[in-house]
Amino acid sequence: MEPLLSEIVAKYNYWIYVVLMMIGFYAMIGKRNLVKKLLGMNIFQTAIILFYVSIGGKRGGGIPIVDKHAAMLHGVDATTVVNPLPHVLMLTAIVVSVSVTGVALAILIRIYRKYDTLEEDEILEKIGR
Amino acid sequence: MNTPNLHLYVLAAPLLTAFAVNLLGRVSRTWIGPLVLGALTFSAGGALMTLLHVLREGAFRYTIGNWQPPLGIELVVDPLSALMLLLVSAVALLATSSALKSVAHELPGREHLFFTLYMILIAGLLGLVLTGDAFNLYVLLEITAITTYGLIAMGSGRAALSSFNYIIMGSIGACFYLLGVGYLYILTGTLNMADIAQILPGLDAPAAIATAFAFLMVGLWVKMGLFPLHVWLPNAYSQAPTGAGAMIAPLMTKVTIYLMIRVMFSIFSPDYTFLAHAGIQAGIVWAASLAIMCASGLALAQRNLRRMLTYILVAEVAYMVGGVWLANGTGITGAILHIVSDAMMTLCLFLAAAAIIYRTGSLEFDRLNGLYRRMPVTMAAFTVGAFSMIGVPPTCGFFSKWYLILGAVRAGHPEFVTALLISSLINAVLFFRIIELAYFQPASDLSRSEPQQAGEAPLLMLSPLLLSAVALVAIGLGSGPLIENIIRLAMPPGFAP
Amino acid sequence: MIYHSSMLPLAAVCISLLATVPILLSDCKPNLRESWTLLAGIGKFLLVASMLPAVLSGHGFVFTLAEVVPEVPIQLRVDAMGMFFALVASFLWICTSLYSIGYMRTLEEHNQTRYFASFTIAIAATIGVAFSANLLTLYLFYEMLSLATYPLVTHECNADARTSGRKYLTYILGTSIGLVLPAMIITYALTGTLDFTAGGILAGKASAATLTLLLVMFLVGFAKAAIMPMHGWLPAAMVAPTPVSSFLHGVAVVKVGVFSIVRIILGIFGPGLLQNLDLGVIITTLASITVLVASLVALTQDNLKRRLAYSTIGQLSYMVLGIGMLSAAGMTGGILHIAMHAFGKITLFFCAGAIYVASGKKYISEMDGLGRRMPITYGAFLLGALSIIGVPPLGGFISKWNLLSGTIESGQWILLLVLLTSSLLNAAYFLPIVYRGVFAGTGGNGSPVEIREAPLFCLIPLTATALLSVGLFFFPDVFLELVHIAVFR
Repeated sequence: MEPLLSEIVAKYNYWIYVVLMMIGFYAMIGKRNLVKKLLGMNIFQTAIILFYVSIGGKRGGGIPIVDKHAAMLHGVDATTVVNPLPHVLMLTAIVVSVSVTGVALAILIRIYRKYDTLEEDEILEKIGR
Repeated sequence: MNTPNLHLYVLAAPLLTAFAVNLLGRVSRTWIGPLVLGALTFSAGGALMTLLHVLREGAFRYTIGNWQPPLGIELVVDPLSALMLLLVSAVALLATSSALKSVAHELPGREHLFFTLYMILIAGLLGLVLTGDAFNLYVLLEITAITTYGLIAMGSGRAALSSFNYIIMGSIGACFYLLGVGYLYILTGTLNMADIAQILPGLDAPAAIATAFAFLMVGLWVKMGLFPLHVWLPNAYSQAPTGAGAMIAPLMTKVTIYLMIRVMFSIFSPDYTFLAHAGIQAGIVWAASLAIMCASGLALAQRNLRRMLTYILVAEVAYMVGGVWLANGTGITGAILHIVSDAMMTLCLFLAAAAIIYRTGSLEFDRLNGLYRRMPVTMAAFTVGAFSMIGVPPTCGFFSKWYLILGAVRAGHPEFVTALLISSLINAVLFFRIIELAYFQPASDLSRSEPQQAGEAPLLMLSPLLLSAVALVAIGLGSGPLIENIIRLAMPPGFAP
Repeated sequence: MIYHSSMLPLAAVCISLLATVPILLSDCKPNLRESWTLLAGIGKFLLVASMLPAVLSGHGFVFTLAEVVPEVPIQLRVDAMGMFFALVASFLWICTSLYSIGYMRTLEEHNQTRYFASFTIAIAATIGVAFSANLLTLYLFYEMLSLATYPLVTHECNADARTSGRKYLTYILGTSIGLVLPAMIITYALTGTLDFTAGGILAGKASAATLTLLLVMFLVGFAKAAIMPMHGWLPAAMVAPTPVSSFLHGVAVVKVGVFSIVRIILGIFGPGLLQNLDLGVIITTLASITVLVASLVALTQDNLKRRLAYSTIGQLSYMVLGIGMLSAAGMTGGILHIAMHAFGKITLFFCAGAIYVASGKKYISEMDGLGRRMPITYGAFLLGALSIIGVPPLGGFISKWNLLSGTIESGQWILLLVLLTSSLLNAAYFLPIVYRGVFAGTGGNGSPVEIREAPLFCLIPLTATALLSVGLFFFPDVFLELVHIAVFR
């Protein structure tokens, strides 16, 4: 019991991301309002982004911005800086997320103009008629 | 130009044309057609030359911007990706020729917007086929996805809602894929596919590797529409504007299946994929068999031609997934051959549907009466496509089914054989229902349909349709040389056709 | 048999396809359109016949179209068995084309262009089946035939035709995709080849249970041979115009089914293997049941074409029965009956059509006294019927004689009984038609007195085939020679 609890406590950040992901997933699937679905998607994607970013973290690591001359003379000690690669990857992922959100919002505006509502069940009713 | 760089120009041509189309298209509509067709012809020609080059000289890797892997992004041009490159560009070219007419008819005044998204989508697909970096794959996957969301939303009726549902499901798939890549990055510290493949076997973290694999697979399965993760597909593909549907339906699912093959064999090894976890391989073949039967059954219930075709597409996806997971050379050969033939068959059928809707305005079954008399050439091509779906020799659909069934017999999976045979019979029922409708009843009251004269489709729509129908027979008769010379080289190491 | 590479088999198959487009284009000029059909027919027969001397002297022809699956190319090969079938089919097509012209024009049928064009494709597929070198090529042409005959079966375009068309496809496509295709692939998986080889390719490759299952899958899967329970499509297909019924369902389609079974037994399994595993019993049992049941049902049919259809079902199983006996005489009789039955049955169908054209009657009960007004037609009908029953001096006697000797040779007395009983039943359902036509009164139906003999275009073919049925009794040499080469190799 003890080692398990200490495991959970030690990796608390991952557990938070899992919870966030589940919230986002539930919102995407369970909610009836289209904007809430979209927000759920955003939460889901954000959770994954946070997951990636936290991969690079190191105990006592600093910001990965170094002095050019010092780096060329002495090299960079990897244990002192946080891994920048996941941050960079997540910049791309954030861009993707923003683009998808933008397209989705444009589509939602179109849906609203056409059906006058953003509740999925009401829209399906209107289509059914 | 350098042949080693040609594949990059093949990718760049549609991308650059997208911008040109947007700008020049605002000035005058007549620029769009020649630009788009010119760029895609160039791409198709370049892809052909790349394929020939690879077959002669062997596979090669190309580093982008001279940033060396494993940190830089590299493109992998081997027989399989060259074949896919040619397939994507050829299908895109044929579909575009037809799309020019249907977009002018359905979305007047917005063609330049449509084709901007369209060309970026093609560029994305070409990039997906070539990339050798796992994260780059995610980026390109999302590029194709976003453009597809936009293209589908341009349709009428329920298109916007269908596109939104596709956004939700598609993002789930892509995020799962991203999560899988994240796990792999934690495990190996690199994103280059070949590098990961090298490092993975030496690791001792079975649970983490299994989780990574599971996320990657499920993400891709959502994206390709494997039953029961397919719920977004029928609405999205049948509500899309006709021109978009004719290109998206043949290509997107096939490229995703190609990605699954890449993940299974180029990132993870065949050993791992098939042997590491007992029962998974057999379980997935069972799941694929059930998927085929259910999707075919759902297709029977449809009353609209395009919706019926999308359900058949879902079944075809399960063919290929099952074929790859049969874990023998014959099954994988069948799956790769089926990628080629299914892309062609779906293209032929969707182009026929586009021609029909252009002339008659509807694809509901009760409006298809007497089409053989009104549009004989279109229906002739449709018939060839139908025969290919059913699996009548000498069309290519027969031969890919042959290899899939043979692979299942050799691998000892009778359930897959049964599913394939029953699905062929259901396809026969589905298509002969339409052939009967189009053949028998006299043409329905024309005054109810749109004011188009019920004649044959215009040449720009008819020629790609006929070309694809001819290609179906040509690929079928040429399947021997195709397998011998190309697919045999495209197989993962250790497998023979 | 020594094989030479040559374009002749391809030419023989494709010459009718060359006529398809001209026929479609000559829609407005009927005489030109018909001449394309006749030219193609005569050309095809001449091409096939030109290969005959070589085949008789032990030289065959091969042509490879495409290498599709390893070890299984799409290949045409002319050997004795194929030549035998091709001769019958191509000659009878000429007769059918002449008859079709007369029939369709007299009845002023619609869509004649589609009709003649579909025929050219169908005959090309039939010759393709005859000249197939391996099971895959045979399957290809088999399917092509199924699809090409669909427009012919559903020619009338009414509700009846639609239902029958569905039944036709369900039986024929359903069995070929559901049974023949997996059986073919399993055979390939076991042996690595699908070539028709003397002595078969399956010896020693699988367990007796697997081989039995394969055999049953093939027998039932080739539904064109109308072995019960896969016979239902044949009576349903009688909604087609009579030339279609006569040629396709008397000669081409059904004989393709039997031919495929012959190829399977001789070329894939081999008589030796079947004998060792005692599988001949399965074949003869299924065939015997079909023969007896079909003959009995034929007795109850009043519609003339339906009676002929059930007679065909029975006669087809005669052929399968003969081959299933696995004895030399039995196999000779069974294969020879393909030709004899073709000539006899086509005569009978031609007569049925002539009766319809001349008098509009379809039911036997209405045909009393017709024989006196249509003497030539009824004379031909008598000759055809006697050939099927197996009475000398008609050709059918030779094949029946061989079948009977085969049963005695192999000591299968039950089969002897089956053959004799069914011959009696054949007489029972054919002879009354002629008797009533000639001897009975005109009947109370008030039929108009003005019924004359059928038009010339119909009369000439039916007389020709009837006389040939007689001729084949006196000159069966060519066919007998080919069958002997095929059986004894």
